[in-house]
Amino acid sequence: MFKKTLHIGTSPHIIGGSSTDQIMRNVVFALLPVAAFAVYTFGLSALLLLITALASCLLTEYFLNRWIGKSSPLSDWSVTITGLLYGLTLPPHLPLWMVFVGGVIAVALGKFIFGGLGYNVFNPALVGRAFIQAAFPVAITTWMAPFLPDRFSHIPGSTLTLPFLKPVYDITSGATPLSLMKFEHHTTDTYNLLMGMTSGSTGETSALLILLGGLYLIARKMMNWRIPVALLGTVYLISTVLHWSNPDIYPGGLFMLFSGGLMLGAVFMATDMVASPITPLGATVYGIIIGIMIYVIRVWGGLPEGVMYAILFGNAVSPHIDNFIRPRVYGTGKQWSKS
Amino acid sequence: MESKPKGKLAGFFHFPQGDGLSTDEFIKGLWRENPVLVQVLGMCPTLAVTNSAINAMAMGLATLFVLVMSNILVSSLRNVIPKQVRIATYILIIATFVTVADYVIQAISLDVHKALGAFIPLIVVNCIILGRAEAFASKNGVWASFMDGLGMGVGFTFALLLLGFIREILGSGSLFGISLFADSFQDWVIMILPSGGFFALAGWLLLFNGLKLRKKQAQPEQTREEVLI
Amino acid sequence: MTVDTIQPEKKEVGSFKMFQAMVGIGIICALAIVVTYQTTLPVITKNKAEALEKAIYKVLPGAQTRKNFQWDGQKFSEADPSDHSLKDVIYTGLDANGAMVGIAIEAKGQGFQDAIQVLYGFDPEKQAIIGFYVLDSRETPGLGDKIASDAAFQENFKALTARLDESGKKLEHDIQTVKHGTKSKPWEIDAITGATISSKAVGNILNHSAQYWAPIIKAHIDELRTH
Repeated sequence: MFKKTLHIGTSPHIIGGSSTDQIMRNVVFALLPVAAFAVYTFGLSALLLLITALASCLLTEYFLNRWIGKSSPLSDWSVTITGLLYGLTLPPHLPLWMVFVGGVIAVALGKFIFGGLGYNVFNPALVGRAFIQAAFPVAITTWMAPFLPDRFSHIPGSTLTLPFLKPVYDITSGATPLSLMKFEHHTTDTYNLLMGMTSGSTGETSALLILLGGLYLIARKMMNWRIPVALLGTVYLISTVLHWSNPDIYPGGLFMLFSGGLMLGAVFMATDMVASPITPLGATVYGIIIGIMIYVIRVWGGLPEGVMYAILFGNAVSPHIDNFIRPRVYGTGKQWSKS
Repeated sequence: MESKPKGKLAGFFHFPQGDGLSTDEFIKGLWRENPVLVQVLGMCPTLAVTNSAINAMAMGLATLFVLVMSNILVSSLRNVIPKQVRIATYILIIATFVTVADYVIQAISLDVHKALGAFIPLIVVNCIILGRAEAFASKNGVWASFMDGLGMGVGFTFALLLLGFIREILGSGSLFGISLFADSFQDWVIMILPSGGFFALAGWLLLFNGLKLRKKQAQPEQTREEVLI
Repeated sequence: MTVDTIQPEKKEVGSFKMFQAMVGIGIICALAIVVTYQTTLPVITKNKAEALEKAIYKVLPGAQTRKNFQWDGQKFSEADPSDHSLKDVIYTGLDANGAMVGIAIEAKGQGFQDAIQVLYGFDPEKQAIIGFYVLDSRETPGLGDKIASDAAFQENFKALTARLDESGKKLEHDIQTVKHGTKSKPWEIDAITGATISSKAVGNILNHSAQYWAPIIKAHIDELRTH
């Protein structure tokens, strides 16, 4: 047996500082305050939910990889992000068995089946959530009121529902700002939205903390800032213009910006490195498309919230965006691409 | 290509030497070349009517019938049909048997016919059937084509049933219409919707491709070891 | 030369040969279809008649026998129950003593995918719909087709008011489909969640049909009883 001692590689010969696991680790750091605030807002149920979401994703990834004989890729942190993000998009007192099912689906059918990290077409966390949304439409639109006094001592009955059984709700329920707006035409105060004083999915309530996490990642150049800026800008622009034309029907720009899952989606979901375009212009176009879709679903669609579907749609078109925008090599044909 | 037939009817009921070959024609459709799980053909009925086990079974059997009959007829007429008009002729033959199946299902059970609805006429455009007629029956003898049609049909029914089982159990908490769980069972609404068909199929494909991958990986490792020794 | 190694192309097939083959196969196929149609027709007709019979007794609780009546635009006349080609036929259901328990009416209308064909029971005394059955529909499996099976939806038709107004020409209140969980009036139908379009279609079909038949039945009720 010979051991190669001379390493011959192709360019680039100087390797940049940030590797995949380094970036991923920083995303986890940026998410931690959001998760901590979620636990503070919704108590034990949110803690259990996040642990279950994480565990289901990590276990699925571990066992599937072991099954086909790959070495375990858990060290690159990407599954940790998937699990955290997935947990943060769910209502806090969703039955844990549903959380587990969605986590398995997210990793197995959202990522693994496409070939693992780097090959997934869609953001895996959102695939899991989309499945849960379509499978259990009632459970996922039942919200819990924030800051309940006994949130650290009492676990909601629905959280501990036995597998495959219908949840029974025993605590004060709340309504999200978006459903209040859609069904009762009641707009929530922007300050409350910013500080996370409202009901909603586990991790979407505090727009401020999400923004801070995003700014941290942008400052460390670990996130494509064009996507969230284009996305939020589009939503703000459309809603401001329409609000100005008819304030009775269309809610204002700031409300749209800080309510629901928009912040979480724009900062942490749409920016999924694998499922978003790579060219700068492509990233901007991608953000704008998602922004328009979110607005259309929220205001004219049947559902109060559209961030999830809009981002999944954006994921689906992102390879095509890159394809259209790719600069043409001088001297080649005018057609965009034949690949 | 098989050798040139001597007369028009040569090879008509040509039984291959030993039964090994035709058994293989049968087996390959079940597993190795399963139309749904390996070839991923015929997705329209696969995704649309598998929301209950009984629908999956009825659709599978109807397709099996059409597949076997059209394979037999195409194979026995393969030397008569001019190449230029073969596709039109195959479609004609397939459409005939679909119409026959439609009437027979109506005669057997109106309820099943009602449940399958528009999907029975659509068997005509199920690409598995035209695919087997073109790729197999037009080049092989009647017996082999019969076994091929039977194997593919049973493989298709098997795959549909796999989907039907999982979708009915999770989506409605029942199997063949018999309720399995207490009232407190939480239905997975997605499973009876068309999108649930995609998820269920993805789950099965993951399982089967994973198994295949394991098998493939197991083999070279052995040979490598042998070389080292 | 290479000519020997390449298999010679098959001889060009003449148009007549193609024509012959296609016509020949066409005839075989036509024969196969006709034979199947003829053999299965009696069974299918019997099945359909039985299904209708069953449906009539289903929408008219308590009925033991039935009579067919044909409406010719002027009056009702009793029709042969075995003749399925007649148009504008309604069915009266009689209990064991021969008293009329209600009238079963077929109705048809556009659903989400294709026409929905229903049969409903109408009680001329109560002026209400007392039973409902889907004869044929192509609604989305698992969603729209719940109009035939959903127990809560069927509950709507145990007593759905279809009362005539004072003029006796039209219904006092249109039969209407409302969003799931918001039924408050006896002439409203509580829709199925996720299948609003199909539920609305059912409401429209029933309203349309009841608007047409209820005045006729009221004016000619004696013709239906005396026979």
